[in-house]
Amino acid sequence: MEWDAIRLSLVLAGWTLAILLPAGVVLGRWLATARFAGRHWVEGLLALPLVLPPTVLGYYLLVAMGGTSSIGRWFQATTGTTLAFSFTGLVVASLLFNLPFAVQPIQRAIEAIDPDVREAAVCCGMTPWQTLLRVELPLAWPGVLSAAVLTFAHTLGEFGVVLMVGGNIPGETRTVALAIYDRAQSFDTGAAGSMSLMLLAVSFVTIAVSYGIGSRLPGSRRRS
Amino acid sequence: MSLIVDVRHDRPPLDLRLELPEGAITSVVGPSGSGKTSTLRVVAGLWAPAAGSITFGDTTWFSSAARINLPPRDRSIGVVPQRYALFPHLTARQNVEASLLHLPRAQRSPRAEAALARAHVAGLGARYPHELSGGQQQRVAVARAIAREPRVLLLDEPFSSVDRSTRKHLYAELKRLHAELGCTVMLVTHDLDEAALLSSHLCLIRRGRLVQGGATQAVLARPDSAEAARLLDYANIHRASLVSHDIDRRVSLLDWHGVRLTAPLDGRFNPGDPVDWAISQAEVLPADAGGHPAGGNTVPTTVRDLVTLGDDLYLRLAPAPAPALTLHMKVSRHVTLHRDVSADSPLLVRLTPSAIVTMAPSDDGDAGARAHE
Repeated sequence: MEWDAIRLSLVLAGWTLAILLPAGVVLGRWLATARFAGRHWVEGLLALPLVLPPTVLGYYLLVAMGGTSSIGRWFQATTGTTLAFSFTGLVVASLLFNLPFAVQPIQRAIEAIDPDVREAAVCCGMTPWQTLLRVELPLAWPGVLSAAVLTFAHTLGEFGVVLMVGGNIPGETRTVALAIYDRAQSFDTGAAGSMSLMLLAVSFVTIAVSYGIGSRLPGSRRRS
Repeated sequence: MSLIVDVRHDRPPLDLRLELPEGAITSVVGPSGSGKTSTLRVVAGLWAPAAGSITFGDTTWFSSAARINLPPRDRSIGVVPQRYALFPHLTARQNVEASLLHLPRAQRSPRAEAALARAHVAGLGARYPHELSGGQQQRVAVARAIAREPRVLLLDEPFSSVDRSTRKHLYAELKRLHAELGCTVMLVTHDLDEAALLSSHLCLIRRGRLVQGGATQAVLARPDSAEAARLLDYANIHRASLVSHDIDRRVSLLDWHGVRLTAPLDGRFNPGDPVDWAISQAEVLPADAGGHPAGGNTVPTTVRDLVTLGDDLYLRLAPAPAPALTLHMKVSRHVTLHRDVSADSPLLVRLTPSAIVTMAPSDDGDAGARAHE
């Protein structure tokens, strides 16, 4: 077991979740309720990480974060460290490749809310913020939970993008998925197997528990 | 302080001016797709038309010219949507409290309880919407709408989702509630009977235009166009010419394909003028029914076909003076039981003079050709 890699993966997943979930709510609600020209292009862009090979996404991110790019130079000038091959770079990459997992479940859940119910909230005098907090999120909560679980589990298991953007620096960018790969390459099947089993168990338990909670939430069954 | 709606829009088409008197129940009636729900949404502030204005007393809710469009929360409205749209994750009491977020938290619960009591669902505050019947859901939706003490109550077909007996209870409750609150009510419905029962004012709309508006009884009794008569379910609408007025008897004499018809006096027309006339199918009677002697306003006809619905018999008749036209007749089966009425049999009918309505001729051709077939 490489506890450093496991801890790093959990911290990375935690940061990704903390930043991406609120962003997913905002983007998901916007896509669920707004009507505008070119909407399918925006949706396509957000869904791109689902179909793009992780190495391709990783390559472009590496280029964008590298010292030759304006983003990379700006980050280095501001913080004194490089964005590529750093934990911060890993978080940025993680945010991007997890976008569809965070946005789509929330978007679908908000789309499933009866438009009359949303309008009733407006007619009750609620502000958009109150409508979101008191009506939309409680009804779309299973979708928000799905987004959280998918984002968390996907971040724990991501390999290609992490390898491209972060390299494999112990304590900085070496996640548990990379550690499993390394151990398997060096025929340490015991460590690789135990870490894989742990990842399998964490993923399975997380998803099963989220399904269980989701089926008990008010929004999932109390539809008039 | 009346509510004046004067709006125009292309899609959906809307080009109308309505005036809803303060403190009255005004029904907006029209067929599906006539724009009645769009009108309600415009008043509620859920949708902004391309042009026009909406004012309530001195307050402008919407003005395209002045670029004013108040959000629903600033319009002093309560809305009961067609399918009630209760918040499914909240109890009945929480649903009502959701419309009281502008109040301090401590005041919300008593106000919600009071609104539920007013709507006769005081004991159901702890139930979720899926645990309520259709009628109870409607009452909770009304409680939620009135809890904010709105000046204008907007009801979108609020009785369409409940059974007939519940509906009658709810009619009575709405009248009682309106008497208590005294607010201005806009009732959107496609049901003329409902509008006649509940509202003091009636606006008939079709294709986004106001066809006729005014006091309910006046509109029902005197449609002022063939289009209004059609919306009011007058099955017989025909073209005639005015022969003369008899001021003493307060009647006007019409010539309809050689038949002299007596109608209530209508001084808007002069002898020789073409006029459309309409009569409800219930006012076309067998000539000797009800003790009326055969005489004036009788028309010889041939029964084209007939169908029985419950206790009523619906007949389509070919009038002898104009066999291509159709007279529609609805009569109780008891009236005709002793009579030999079947397809192709002759039948002398009498058009109740006081029930004939005269109207300006419509622009789009012969009214009779467009009567309900």
